[in-house]
Amino acid sequence: MNPSLTVILLNFLNLIFAVQVLRAKRLIWAAIWLACTSATTAFVCFVLGAFQVAVIELSVGAGLVTVLFVFVINIAGEEPDQQPKTHSRWIPLLAVIIPTLLIGASVLAIDGAQGPASADNFVNTFWEHRGLDVLVQVVLIFAGVLGLLGLLAEAKAPLEQSMLAEFARLRERDLKAIGDRSLIAQEAIEAGLNIPESGSNSQAETSSGQLTPGGE
Amino acid sequence: MANLETLTIIGSISLFAIGCLTLLTCRNLIQVIFGLQLLVKSAILLFIAAGSANGQLQVGQSLATTVIVADTIVAVIGIALAIQVRRIVGSLEINDLAHLRG
Repeated sequence: MNPSLTVILLNFLNLIFAVQVLRAKRLIWAAIWLACTSATTAFVCFVLGAFQVAVIELSVGAGLVTVLFVFVINIAGEEPDQQPKTHSRWIPLLAVIIPTLLIGASVLAIDGAQGPASADNFVNTFWEHRGLDVLVQVVLIFAGVLGLLGLLAEAKAPLEQSMLAEFARLRERDLKAIGDRSLIAQEAIEAGLNIPESGSNSQAETSSGQLTPGGE
Repeated sequence: MANLETLTIIGSISLFAIGCLTLLTCRNLIQVIFGLQLLVKSAILLFIAAGSANGQLQVGQSLATTVIVADTIVAVIGIALAIQVRRIVGSLEINDLAHLRG
């Protein structure tokens, strides 16, 4: 098959799958369409001669990342889009299409001179000439693993209710503690100032009603 | 510029546009991560096409490999964030995260 036709077909399929990711009603279907996009991207890389990247993209992009997405969709669950759209759908389209056309025109106008073909193979280029990139990748992987462990670690007392309810409960407890303390301080002051009996009795009744459990 | 690379660059820029559209229109956190994935795939295609056009395919492949690794880490962290947001806030809608402000 003509390589140009192959690349045209693969890019066309790539765009169709990407549009389906955007249009999919269910997240699980969007994840599958994304896997198809990764696969066609890998095939395009293969046709262009980038065999190593094609294999990596196929295994990582279409395999590992898809499994992770299916995993998180099962855990987090799928929610239907309940909030009404408040903006016209043409605004994002125009905001994307116009800059894309400008970028495309400027990129395609570049007259890239065909430089001398590199004699090195991928292994030499990757490990020797781009060794710093490999170090950066290793650091990124470690940082990602540490970040993941930190994010998913269970707290010592895992929240049983949402954060807002927890904060409201703590605020109420603090206000109650302040109220009780001020009440106790007031009674101590009144006892020290020897308030008249009638007043003190009524104060005592009200205070005893509040001090003793059950208001007895 | 050679024909195959030009076609790939056109496809890559279109894919980038679809990724940006996904980021602008979708409110679900997981769909936002899908949009980021589409953007990165366009970047991978662009690196390979540029490397092939300039005769430096190996350099393009090396850069594309770095981008794939970085993208995978971003996806993993984003997924972990989505799980925590769902657990604590109770929803994956990005508008519901607005109450975190003061």
